[in-house]
Amino acid sequence: MLNTLTLHEIVEHLERRECRSEDVVQAVLDAIRRKDDRIHGYLTVDAEDALAQAKAADVARAAGRTGRLLGVPIAVKDVLNVRGQPCTCGSKILKGYTSPYDATAIARLRAEGAVFLGRTNMDEFAMGSTTENSAYGVTRNPWNMDGVPGGSSGGSAAVLAADEAIAALGSDTGGSVRQPASFCGCVGLKPTYGRISRYGLTAYASSLDQIGPMTKTVADAALLLEVMSGLDPADSSSLSVPVPDFRASLQKDLKGVTLGLPREYFVGGLHADVELRVQEAIEVCRKLGAKVVEVSLPRSREAIATYYIIAPAEASSNLSRFDGVRYGFRAAGAEDPIDLYKKTRAQGFGAEVKRRIILGTYVLSSGYYDAFYLRAQKVRTLIRRDFEEAFKSCDAILSPVAPTPAYRVGENSADPLQMYLGDIFTVPVNLAGICGLSVPCGFTADKLPVGLQVVGPALGEEAILRVGYAYEQATAWRSQRPEFSGSLS
Amino acid sequence: MTAYRVTIGLEVHVQLKTKSKMFCACSTNFGESPNTQVCPVCLGYPGSLPVMNRAAIRLTVLSGLMLGCRINAFSKFDRKNYFYPDMPKNYQITQCDKPLCSGGGVDIEVDGKARRIGITRIHQEEDVAKNFHYAKWSGIDYNRAGVPLMEIVSEPDMESPEEAFAYLLALRQILVYAGVSDCNLEEGNMRCDVNVSIRPEGQKELGTKAEIKNMNTFKGVFAALQYEIARQMDVVSSGGRIVQETRRWDADLGQTFSMRTKEDAHDYRYFPEPDLMPVVLPDALVAEWAATLPELPAQRRERFVREYGLPEYDAKVLAAEKPVGDYFEIAARQCPNPKAVSNWVMSDVMRTLSERDIPITAFPIPPDALAELVKLAETKVLNSNTAREVFAIMLAEGGRAGDIVAARGLAQVSDAGAIEMIVDEVIAGNAKVVEDFRGGKAAAFKFLVGQVMKLSKGKANPQMAGEMLQRKLSN
Repeated sequence: MLNTLTLHEIVEHLERRECRSEDVVQAVLDAIRRKDDRIHGYLTVDAEDALAQAKAADVARAAGRTGRLLGVPIAVKDVLNVRGQPCTCGSKILKGYTSPYDATAIARLRAEGAVFLGRTNMDEFAMGSTTENSAYGVTRNPWNMDGVPGGSSGGSAAVLAADEAIAALGSDTGGSVRQPASFCGCVGLKPTYGRISRYGLTAYASSLDQIGPMTKTVADAALLLEVMSGLDPADSSSLSVPVPDFRASLQKDLKGVTLGLPREYFVGGLHADVELRVQEAIEVCRKLGAKVVEVSLPRSREAIATYYIIAPAEASSNLSRFDGVRYGFRAAGAEDPIDLYKKTRAQGFGAEVKRRIILGTYVLSSGYYDAFYLRAQKVRTLIRRDFEEAFKSCDAILSPVAPTPAYRVGENSADPLQMYLGDIFTVPVNLAGICGLSVPCGFTADKLPVGLQVVGPALGEEAILRVGYAYEQATAWRSQRPEFSGSLS
Repeated sequence: MTAYRVTIGLEVHVQLKTKSKMFCACSTNFGESPNTQVCPVCLGYPGSLPVMNRAAIRLTVLSGLMLGCRINAFSKFDRKNYFYPDMPKNYQITQCDKPLCSGGGVDIEVDGKARRIGITRIHQEEDVAKNFHYAKWSGIDYNRAGVPLMEIVSEPDMESPEEAFAYLLALRQILVYAGVSDCNLEEGNMRCDVNVSIRPEGQKELGTKAEIKNMNTFKGVFAALQYEIARQMDVVSSGGRIVQETRRWDADLGQTFSMRTKEDAHDYRYFPEPDLMPVVLPDALVAEWAATLPELPAQRRERFVREYGLPEYDAKVLAAEKPVGDYFEIAARQCPNPKAVSNWVMSDVMRTLSERDIPITAFPIPPDALAELVKLAETKVLNSNTAREVFAIMLAEGGRAGDIVAARGLAQVSDAGAIEMIVDEVIAGNAKVVEDFRGGKAAAFKFLVGQVMKLSKGKANPQMAGEMLQRKLSN
C-alpha cells in the first residue's frame, strides 16, 4: 500500500532502497484505476509516461544520483504547465493544448527528481470553490461521495484524500488550496505572494495567485515549499529572499509562540461543528504552550467585495489571450477574426468564467475604474495594514479555513453570492499577500473534515509551519481514512 | 473665403535597437523566417510572464534626455486591452499615466523660420505581430511581437504639413544619432499617426480633430496631411461639421477614409500591469546613462564651426548624419586645413556615396587615408588634377596616397629649372600661338599652359608654370 504513505515516508523508502520509484508509481496508478472513476480527481494520467519517468529515476538512483524528490510522483493541478503535457485549466477552451514548457516550480521539482504523474481536476481557470465549474465533470469528495471536494484545487485535494497520490500541487488565488484541503482533510499551504515563482502558472488573478503544496502532512508541505521557493528571474514578482530550511522550523511545542484570534471571525455564521473543532484546536495549541490573544481585522468584512473586483478585473485581461488563434479550442464557421473570438469564447468558456470576465470588464470600463478598481485597491491596502497591525501582537493567526464543511454537490450552484461568501476567511490572506496553512482539525458529526487555518505575516511560513506541525503531531486526525460512501443530508 | 489655421500633433512609434525583445529573450532581428523568433512569452502562452528589458528602458531614457524631457523617477506599466489578431495576449503592455519621460521638444526650421515643437511624453511599450492577408486566409508573424517600442507624443504645435515633415526629419536625425533606433521606415522601425484639425482664423479653441493612420513614409504623412486639411476645409466651408474619428490613409488613392468614429472607439480598460514592478530610476543611474549620451546634431554643428572654422553650411551638411560627421572629424584632426577636408568630403566623397548608394561606413577610403591625400594636395605635392587621379586610384584599388604618388611618379614638379625647360620648349614649338597671345588673344595663354602640363605629364605645378610663361612671354 505504498500509495497510502506520506511524501516523507516514500522518500525514506526510496532512499533505503526498500522500494523502487516504479513500485510507488505503480501503486498510485493502481489506486487511480480502482477509485478514480468514482472520485474523478484526475483529468489525465499518462501511465506509460509516468512509469517511464519512474524507471528513469530508479536508473538514476542506481547510478548514484540523489535528489530530494527522486522518483516521487506528484499530482499537478491542471493549471500548471508541464512540458509535453496538456494544461486545460478545466476549460474547454484549452482542449488540445500541449504545454511547450515547464513552469519554474515544475522545473525545480523536476531538478530534484520528481515524477509528474497526472493532472488534477479544477474549477475552470481556478474560478470556483467546488470543482463543479470544471468543463470535464465534477470531482467527488472521498469523505462523502455526495459532497464536493472544494475548489478550485478540488482534484488535488480529492486524490490525496483517496490516496491516489503521494503529494500534489494546487494554486490559491482566494483560498483554492486551503479550502479544498480543509474539505478533504489534507494539508494545504498558500505561500507568501512572491515566495514561489508564478512563471508557468496559468494566470487567473496575477496579483493574488500563488502555487501551493497540497500534502498529507505539514512536513510534506514544508519539503515541497522548500524545493519550489526562491527568486526566479522569469517572474518579476518573485521575491529575492533566501529560502529557509523550512523543515528545521518544525517543532513539537509552541512555547513562546503567540497566536491571535480575530475578534471579527468568531461572531456567528459559522457551522456549529466547524466552530467547535476550531475552538478545540485552539485549546490544543494553548496546551502546547502557545499564548492566545485577541486581535482585530476590522476590514476583513470588505474582503469579499474587494476580491470580486480585483480578481475578475485581472482575470478579464488575463483570459483575453484565449481566442482560438494560436492554441487550444477554435470554434468552427467563423466569418472573420472578431467573429472567431466571439464564437470561440462563447463556446469555450463556462458560465462562471464568463460571469467573472463580464464583471471584470465592467469594473475596468472607462467611467467605472475609479469607483471600483481603484477603490478596491485602496481597501486592499487597508486590509493588508490590518494584518500588519495584528502581527505586532502575535506570531500567527488562527481561524477556520471555511465557515462550513463540504457542500453537497449542486447545493450552491444556483447562488454564486452564497458561494463567494464561503471564502471569507481565506480571501483576506491573498489580498494581503501573506501566507496561510490549512491543517485538518477533526470532523463534523457527518464525518466531514474540518480545517484549521494558520495565517502568518509576509514571509512567515516558518511560523505557520511550526504551529501547524505542533498541532498535527499532538492530534491523530490522519489515522482516520475516508470510506468512499455515505450521503449528505 | 475664410482663412483657417491648422493644428497638427504627431504620435511617433520608434522600434528600439536592442538585441532582445521588450519582455523576453527572443531576438529582434528583422527579416527572419516567420515565427522563428518566438517563445511562450511573446506568443502569449498560458502561464508565461513578461520581464522588463533594461536596455530598452535605457534607450528610451536616452531619447528623453536628447529631446530635453524630464525623466520620471517613478513610472509604471499598464495593460491596454483590445482584441486583434496581431496581439498575442489581446492586451498590449504599455504605459498609461506614468510614462518614462515627460515634456521636451524638437527644434525645426521651415522656410527660414525656427520653431520648437513640444513633446508631451515618451512612453515604453511592446510592438505587435504582423498580419499577412492572402486570398482565402491570413497569416500572423509573431517575430515582431514584443519588439521594444517607444511612443513619442508631440504637443499639437505644428501648423502645416511642412512643419510635421520637418519635425519627423529632426526627430529621426536625433534618434539615429543617439543609436537609439535605425529609424528605417522600410523595416517599420518608425511609424507615425497624426492628429489634425482646422479652425477659422481668430478662433481660440481647437477644432474637432481627426486621427489618421497607416502612413508608411514621411512623404505619406505629408501627403495625408495635405489631403486631410483640404478635406476638412471643404467640409467646413460647405457648411458641414467635422466629426471626431479615426481615418485611414490610402497611399494608392491618395485619400483618407473613415475607419471608426468616436462612438465606436475602443475602451481600452487600462489598469496597472500586475506582472511587472514599477520602474524606479534613481538620479545616479540616469546621470550614469546621460554620461554616455552622444553630442546632438545641433551641438556638433556649432562645434564644427567653432573648432574647425568651417562655414555654417559645411557644418550643417557634415553634422547631418553622425557617421559622416565622425568621418570628417577623424580626417580633419590629421590635417592642418579642416576646410580642405570638408571640401573633399562634401564633394568627392559624398558624390561617390550617392553614385554607389552606400553609407559612409562602407566607403572604401578610410578617413586617415583621405587626410593624407588632402595633405599632399595642400602642400602642393599634388596639383588638384593629380589629387583627383590619386583619389580615383585609392577608390578603385585602395592604398595610401603617398605610396601611389611615389610608385607612379605623380608628385608635382615645382623645380623652377625643370619647369623652365618645358616652358622654353613649349614657347619654341608653338610660335604661332605665342604670336596670337602677344597679339592680345587671351585664350592662347591657356593653351600654352595646357601644353606645359601635357609635356610634364600633368605634374608641373600649374601656378609656377603659368607665372613662368607669363614672365617669358612678356619679355
